[in-house]
Amino acid sequence: MDKLVDKRRVTVTVNGEERVVEVEPRVLLAHLLRQGLGLTGTHIGCDTTNCGACTVLVDGSPTKSCTMLAVQTDGHEVRTVEGMAQASELHPLQEGFKEEHGLQCGFCTPGMMMSAMALLERNPDPTEEDIRWALSGNLCRCTGYQNIVKAVLWAAKKMQPAVTA
Amino acid sequence: MYPARFRYEAPRTLDEALDLLATHGDDAKVLAGGQSLVPLLKLRFAAPELLVDINNIPGLGYHREAANGVLEVGALCRHVDLEYSEVLGERRPLMASAAPLIADPIVRNRGTLVGSLCHADPQGDWASVMLALDGEVVAVSATGRRTIPMAEFVTGPFQTALLPDELAVEARVPAPKGTPAGRYLKLERRVGDFATVGVAVALDLDGGTVTRAGIALTGVGGNNLKAVEAERVLAGSTLDTATVREAGRLAAEAARPRTDHRGSAEYKRHVVATFVVRALESAVPVAA
Amino acid sequence: MTALDEIKIGGLGSSRKRVEDDRFIRGRGNYTDDITLPGMLHMEILRSPLAHARIKSIDTSKAWQIPGVRLVLTGEMAAQRNLAWMPTLSYDTQAVLATDKVRFQGQEIACVVADDPYIAKDGCEAIDVEYEPLPPIVNPAQALAPDAPLIRDDKEGQTDNVCYQWEVGDKEGTDRAFAQADVVSRLKLHYPRSHPSPIENCGSIANFDPATQKLTVYMTTQAPHIIRAAVALVAELPEHMIRIISPDIGGGFGNKVPVYPGYVCSILCSILLGKPVKWIEDKSGNLISTGFARDMYFDGELALRKDGRILAARFHADTDQGAFFSDAQPSKFKIGLVHSAFACYDIPVGHITARGAYTNKAPGGVAYRCSFRVTEAMYFQERMIAAAAADLGLDPAEFRRVNLVRDEQFPYRTPFGFLTDSGQYHKCLQIGLDAIGYDQFLKDKEDAAKRGRRLGIGISTMTEPLGAGNSREYDILGIKMFDSAELRVHPTGKAILRTGAKTQGQGHETTWAQIVAHELGIPAADVLVEEGDTDTAPFGMGTYASRSTPVAGAAVAMVSRKIRAKARKLAAHLLEVSEEDVEWELGRFYVRSAPNRGVTIQECAMAAYGNMPDGMEPGLENNAYYDPPNLTWPFACYIATVEVDPETGVWDVLRFVAVDDCGVRINPMIVEGQIMGGLTEAYAMSNMQFITFDEEGNCVGSNYMDYLLPTAWETPGFELHEVVTPCPHHPIGAKGVGECAAVGGPAAFVNAVLDALSDTGVRNIDMPLLPDRVWEAINTRADISGAPPVRTD
Repeated sequence: MDKLVDKRRVTVTVNGEERVVEVEPRVLLAHLLRQGLGLTGTHIGCDTTNCGACTVLVDGSPTKSCTMLAVQTDGHEVRTVEGMAQASELHPLQEGFKEEHGLQCGFCTPGMMMSAMALLERNPDPTEEDIRWALSGNLCRCTGYQNIVKAVLWAAKKMQPAVTA
Repeated sequence: MYPARFRYEAPRTLDEALDLLATHGDDAKVLAGGQSLVPLLKLRFAAPELLVDINNIPGLGYHREAANGVLEVGALCRHVDLEYSEVLGERRPLMASAAPLIADPIVRNRGTLVGSLCHADPQGDWASVMLALDGEVVAVSATGRRTIPMAEFVTGPFQTALLPDELAVEARVPAPKGTPAGRYLKLERRVGDFATVGVAVALDLDGGTVTRAGIALTGVGGNNLKAVEAERVLAGSTLDTATVREAGRLAAEAARPRTDHRGSAEYKRHVVATFVVRALESAVPVAA
Repeated sequence: MTALDEIKIGGLGSSRKRVEDDRFIRGRGNYTDDITLPGMLHMEILRSPLAHARIKSIDTSKAWQIPGVRLVLTGEMAAQRNLAWMPTLSYDTQAVLATDKVRFQGQEIACVVADDPYIAKDGCEAIDVEYEPLPPIVNPAQALAPDAPLIRDDKEGQTDNVCYQWEVGDKEGTDRAFAQADVVSRLKLHYPRSHPSPIENCGSIANFDPATQKLTVYMTTQAPHIIRAAVALVAELPEHMIRIISPDIGGGFGNKVPVYPGYVCSILCSILLGKPVKWIEDKSGNLISTGFARDMYFDGELALRKDGRILAARFHADTDQGAFFSDAQPSKFKIGLVHSAFACYDIPVGHITARGAYTNKAPGGVAYRCSFRVTEAMYFQERMIAAAAADLGLDPAEFRRVNLVRDEQFPYRTPFGFLTDSGQYHKCLQIGLDAIGYDQFLKDKEDAAKRGRRLGIGISTMTEPLGAGNSREYDILGIKMFDSAELRVHPTGKAILRTGAKTQGQGHETTWAQIVAHELGIPAADVLVEEGDTDTAPFGMGTYASRSTPVAGAAVAMVSRKIRAKARKLAAHLLEVSEEDVEWELGRFYVRSAPNRGVTIQECAMAAYGNMPDGMEPGLENNAYYDPPNLTWPFACYIATVEVDPETGVWDVLRFVAVDDCGVRINPMIVEGQIMGGLTEAYAMSNMQFITFDEEGNCVGSNYMDYLLPTAWETPGFELHEVVTPCPHHPIGAKGVGECAAVGGPAAFVNAVLDALSDTGVRNIDMPLLPDRVWEAINTRADISGAPPVRTD
């Protein structure tokens, strides 16, 4: 059966590690990550590219992994929530989400943090409005977003270089 | 959620892509940003035999102003590139106003302006912008190259004038004459929603006089449409209140909205008129 | 030694950070779709495109031929095993896979099991079904018309589309009161169909092991023990050989309580194949077929005296139950607790009638972020109150002041039989009015009106019956609605707690430990909390309708007290005094006459295993089953201010003030998170969420393009305030939380928008208040009723 199925070799760097996989062209990036590579931190919430739960960083850019074919990542870099923490040290966003109660069921959280990470890279000192705008592609049903905004502000503050008087 | 099987090619040069389209164009779909196509594949509303992924073709991601002032937007220029562009600046206010309103911030990272025009969704925003600016699309094939004016580019819902062997490689926007002004207003029920009503207004001004007006509407017809009578009444005017209101009224008349779960036809016409007036009023700040 | 600092050890009132966060922020949650079992196969469901049709034939031959397809299951095959139909949690039956006909768009027709879900989907696409369309029924009025086509022709003795009828109250007394009224205010409204729509969809991994004959099912369920009982009934497997494991759940909101055909199919397929079978639905499947909510039509009146006193309340409610009655309602209350309407107002008499209708839509009426059908009741209540105030020409805040139950009236019996036991309604209202700056806003509104701007303010006050419920009155499928907790304290004084509840984001792993800390002085960090595995958790009725803190939380307190009682005996033994001489302070027993002489709870724990008094059973473990003596009655005041753009109908929230009383707050941070989540759903319901149907029964709102949820950009900020009135009967004085906001919130937004339109004479706009509906109301100066239409011209 495998001979009849057209699989492509894809070389993709995931969370800093080069992975080589064989995957059918029709397979979505989200499924490659979750089933192919066992990285189940990226979640699938909808089927119309609306909810953003599946958001990962492709070459540093937030991307809905359900709306990209796995084969398209050949030669590219993907970062998921599993790659946020460095060794055992959490990323300030991860800390911030815990400190400010920015999550409840946790399902939208990885995607939310990915979008927030890209925001802070582009704009290290965002306003509440900036944050709400940047996260408007990620849906949450539990928190009402207010604590998510606080979590990102917490992280932004922590990530700013210390100011000497 | 799970696309049907298709053959997949990722050409590395434009010629390769054109060869594929020359041979297989009838059964093929071009994949650029994928933010419209991949959802269709997942729901199996589209089931092409062949997918031609053009993302590996170098040199298509640009947007730039040429020496003659024409804005050139390459096939792989993403919405986000335009949203944060330093090129658009004050010379392309309508485009700068529209870019942040396309879909949502994540989709904007991959979706492309040219791709959006080729998808020709009647509720797509860029087509209205391009109509208002009298833009054009450059299409190439293995046998030649042609420029298609925006007004002729979209031929029906999800249909364009592109032939099966053609690839749209660039969108062009003419150089502004005089002082450009413009605004895109979109009634969406939430971020990421399609426009219930969208209004694109582009003006060229000489001092306080309008030398050219472009008005195009989203979501109120079979396709994006130009409000030609409204444009005419504005040309040569100084944007006095009466003329602005008349332009709104004429634009509403040009609209052909349907009554559906987004609202009645009458409502949509009213929003068209309101948005045209507001876009004109805010595009050029009223002198104190 | 002194008593421990309760906040420091994470007891009641501590906003300790959440235990569950550690795995979620690392992407190491364990949701159902994250789980892989060896040899696991994948199942996809084929759904009906038509709302009402006879099935003439199903041809699965092409599907069977696809390489990788392992099984194609149809209703006929399921019927051979008596599994084409299953009992529901409301004593009805529901089709697992359609056999004779389909009764709603999206209904399950067949399922395909394959090596991967892509192939399973290919299999579904290869199935040919021939339908003979039948006229669809898309609302209760059609369903209840005299010669309406019969939807449930499968039910013996069913001759119409009435699902149930219900009545409560005093008709004669109410009629008399209305006859004496100075003014009668009437309001008809429709609470539209919506869907709880957690981000995570439903799914299950059924694993029947032929060697051991044991069935293990990983499942997105808020009520694992109920599911186990239902599966035992449906699949005719012995209950002890069924294990339901509810892992991490990505939001429930009531959507993950009913037993869905997909679960049953995955179980049957696993039994037939002897392999694990995973079924994960997509969002479209979730929205079109799983437990929707609301869809209730009200027609009601208040009898009023000129001075503003309400003399009586009455209403009739018609509900759209869809094709099968499969909500989890307490069995005596088919329409849930809709008769808790007006409970916060001092009204002497009332009468309610209700009818449920079958229609060609997905089954539901679930408790979506509310106690059973209480959102509908409280929405109608607060909209009726607003209308009555307007009819009387009274300020809405003053009208409420005149009629809210006063503190000294508790315990208060409502005209529909509820006993509300505590509340400070007037204080709550006043805090809200002060916080929003009520009088100043009314001035600002007037000034703005002179400049053509439309500002509005809306109030909503309510109490909600939470924590079903006492065994005298409440059961689901005959099982009483108690809940449970089992606590095991280890020799070193650490503990593991399991309950019959099931958290889906409410933070039980964090909060239950706080109750143990409060009762026993064991630091919350030393208490591991587990829920969701029916092999290890004590029997419970699950988490929905905000019942966990009132019932399971109470059980946690009670079991902790049982442990403490035994620890007291151990302490006496260690201290060599009699039990009467022993006193307790947080974490420590001491000798009353010599307070310096004491032992910690940890020392008692060690003694339970190594130094017991003669005759004492070793160990320090116990369990408790809690039958709540009454419901708890949290209450709230919500006030919204808005500005409406009259040219587009778009409205923006200026401010939103929430004053909530949920009794003693276990973890204030978590309580506030729950309230904000509920308020956001209230905003969503009032502003954009809806599901609607055209005349053919085609569903609009069955995917996230059409079913609108607000993003961070639209969602307003919320200003939270509190009142604390401890519940007099709850062991720690807590009430339920997490749903009041969703229940009471919508009316605040809607009342505010209508207030901004008050000069137009518009009295009602049914939700959602989408821009076009608001504009139509302003433009036509007429009410807007019903769900958005799907007309095209």
